[in-house]
Amino acid sequence: MGTTPLVALHGIRKSYGDLLVNDGVDLDVRPGEIHAILGENGAGKTTLMRVIYGLTTPDAGRIEVGGAPVSIASPRDAIAAGIGMVTQHFALVRPMTVLENVLLSSAGLGPPDTEGARRRFAEATELLGVDIDPDVRIEDLSVGEQQRVEIAKTLYQGARVLILDEPTAVLVPQDARALFDALRRLTASGLGVLFISHKLHEVAEISHRVSVLRQGRIVDTRPTGSSTPAELAELMVGRSVAAVLRDERRVGPGPSNDEAVVIAVEHVSLDGSTGKRLLDDVDLRVHRGEILAIAGVSGNGQRELADILSGMRMPSSGHVRVGRQDITGATPTQVVACGLGRIPEDRHGSVVDDLSVEENLVLEDLGQFRRGPFLDKRAIRRRAEELIARFAIKAAPTDRIGGLSGGNMQKVLLARVLAKDPRAILVAQPTRGLDVGAGEYVHQQLLARRADGAAILLISEDLDEILALADRVAVIFDGAIMGIVDAATTTRAELGLMMAGTPQQALGGAA
Amino acid sequence: MNLIALFAATLVTVTPLLYATIGEILCERAGVLNLGIEGTMYAGAFVGFAITAATGSIGVGLLAAVVAGALAGLLMGLLTVSLGVNQHVAGIGTTLLLIGLSEFVNRLRFGGGTLTQVPKMDLLFPGVPFLEMYALTLVAFAVVAPLTWWVLRSTGAGLRLRAVGENPEAADAAGINVSRTRYAALVVGGALMAVGGAFLTLAVLGTFTLNITNGRGWVAIALVIFARWRIGPAVLGGLLFAVIDAGQLQLAIMPAFAHVPRELLIALPYLVVIAALALAGEGLRYPGAYLKPYRRI
Repeated sequence: MGTTPLVALHGIRKSYGDLLVNDGVDLDVRPGEIHAILGENGAGKTTLMRVIYGLTTPDAGRIEVGGAPVSIASPRDAIAAGIGMVTQHFALVRPMTVLENVLLSSAGLGPPDTEGARRRFAEATELLGVDIDPDVRIEDLSVGEQQRVEIAKTLYQGARVLILDEPTAVLVPQDARALFDALRRLTASGLGVLFISHKLHEVAEISHRVSVLRQGRIVDTRPTGSSTPAELAELMVGRSVAAVLRDERRVGPGPSNDEAVVIAVEHVSLDGSTGKRLLDDVDLRVHRGEILAIAGVSGNGQRELADILSGMRMPSSGHVRVGRQDITGATPTQVVACGLGRIPEDRHGSVVDDLSVEENLVLEDLGQFRRGPFLDKRAIRRRAEELIARFAIKAAPTDRIGGLSGGNMQKVLLARVLAKDPRAILVAQPTRGLDVGAGEYVHQQLLARRADGAAILLISEDLDEILALADRVAVIFDGAIMGIVDAATTTRAELGLMMAGTPQQALGGAA
Repeated sequence: MNLIALFAATLVTVTPLLYATIGEILCERAGVLNLGIEGTMYAGAFVGFAITAATGSIGVGLLAAVVAGALAGLLMGLLTVSLGVNQHVAGIGTTLLLIGLSEFVNRLRFGGGTLTQVPKMDLLFPGVPFLEMYALTLVAFAVVAPLTWWVLRSTGAGLRLRAVGENPEAADAAGINVSRTRYAALVVGGALMAVGGAFLTLAVLGTFTLNITNGRGWVAIALVIFARWRIGPAVLGGLLFAVIDAGQLQLAIMPAFAHVPRELLIALPYLVVIAALALAGEGLRYPGAYLKPYRRI
């Protein structure tokens, strides 16, 4: 492809304070090409995209569109230059209709030309090969549909280059397939796509060229076909990666008879304030030495289930037990006392940002660290030093926890929970936002607890994580369990169908 | 009960509330809670009065009130949009400042002696039952309310304003200038609030007295929530409050209510507002960016 690139970056540099986020990045996108940017969290991918789209100004470097230098100081400039961007957080106004959202970028102050907009939007959706009703409200669309609206919107605005930031992170596998088909149609008609991801198999599947970004620099750009996923992974993290693999891990699961049930969720339902059923007859058992994963797209009842197990919320009907103890409606303190360790989804909601590492480490057991009415500071310090060493936390006991990286904060949470040897563990999205190294550490710790006989309920949206860790997988959709399958024998397709709302019985032998 | 008098009194009571509530809706739909409303009305009342007293022209006085309200909106914009100050603090501060400033200038200029009287607006259709009203009342119902409704619903400007209040990130990504849009909403909203205030001095009283707005700004804040940020329900809510407020005055002079404490009757419309808010609280959805300053990361 010797054609002029649609967009080319030269020597882009951007730093925030002392932190150099992009360090001399050169990059181009050619017509008809999907160019993947591969990099870990924090490698500088998002900042780079924000530079191209005018959401942030680079300290140095220049951008060319169609071979001519341009200045992109705002999204308006980017749109005018034919650049469109779709991020993980959709730039859509939820209470407005699709058409209103489309009009946002083109309308002046007076009454907009809605008929013209309708026509042009229909052309855009046709190019994309999808069907979108322009009069439906955004909040009534599924996540996959919202993403299609976003892409169609950029086409409506005349984009020739499409930047997609982690586009599959929010999609079920079937929607991801549909997205890839749409992208192929677009590139076939001469558009260029910049596809940002940290998922190797996607990049391998969809892209023509791949650039690997590490610590703000492009370490290599090569045709995708010329390298194996393992090579790319190595480039991405700068060392060889030993991912946790099913076969190399450990002992088989523990016994699965009734005696061995540690966490029992018995026919739990929860009605929302608007009368919508948030959880619908959820029935699950987690046995000693077992990891049961709850898979599903976020917002399908995972948070409510976790809240009920943690004692933050009372179910409308049904019971939850840990061991023989009924903890339905128990307070969080009582839940912890009966041996359930909780590592919640929202890290910042589980630590007190302004307190120190040592204070956060003992926050759940202040009763054990006191002398009369006062805190026993020396005992707290001893405990903190011991846990910091044991869990390899990179922080001093007196550091403010809000200043730690996500990985270290997660280690503090792990330490706080695991140090008490809980027989049951509830863990949600344990590696979200963590880099590969920290994520691996978390996985190893969970597997070690499992080997020691703990029952673990793992809530995750990451199928790779689920397939690497779980013994069984329960898929949740719209508050109901679609089915429970053996992790060793299930497929992504089967999980994906259930995640999209097809019950296991309806799958039959097809999957 | 005299229906004609009740109707006329209701129209007088509802007028300042309509201007204030519609002004506040514009601000809040753009994502800014403008608690400067009470002070803005107060300043509008005083500036309208003072300039009318100085020039002898009600028109010039009203115009000056509009300018004062726009400036009050600019001040709120400076604080909440440009500086990103907490909107509660900025609004209360603006209200305190504008009330204090109005009172201060009032004492310097009109202090001591007798109340200064200014010419009052004339009634349209004087003496005609149900049609007797001030021009500003007619304008509020016939122009301001429908026009704002149409602008918010059907124009690009309204679309931008709502987008900025719901999801400023999305608006920014669509190339809309978030700050400028919020400033515009605050300036227009402030001007409307000030007209509501000026109505009190230029139409109702013909003079300026201490505590002239008497919490009408706060009532408007409640009405906005009651109306769920929509113009039509705001007009209805304003009428509801006004008819109860006008009604309690009539009740007070009826023999049957002679033993009901006067204070209870005066409190009646406010109690109704509180009750209505409590009932309207279910499923309220605030504008997505309510109270949030917008900064690009």
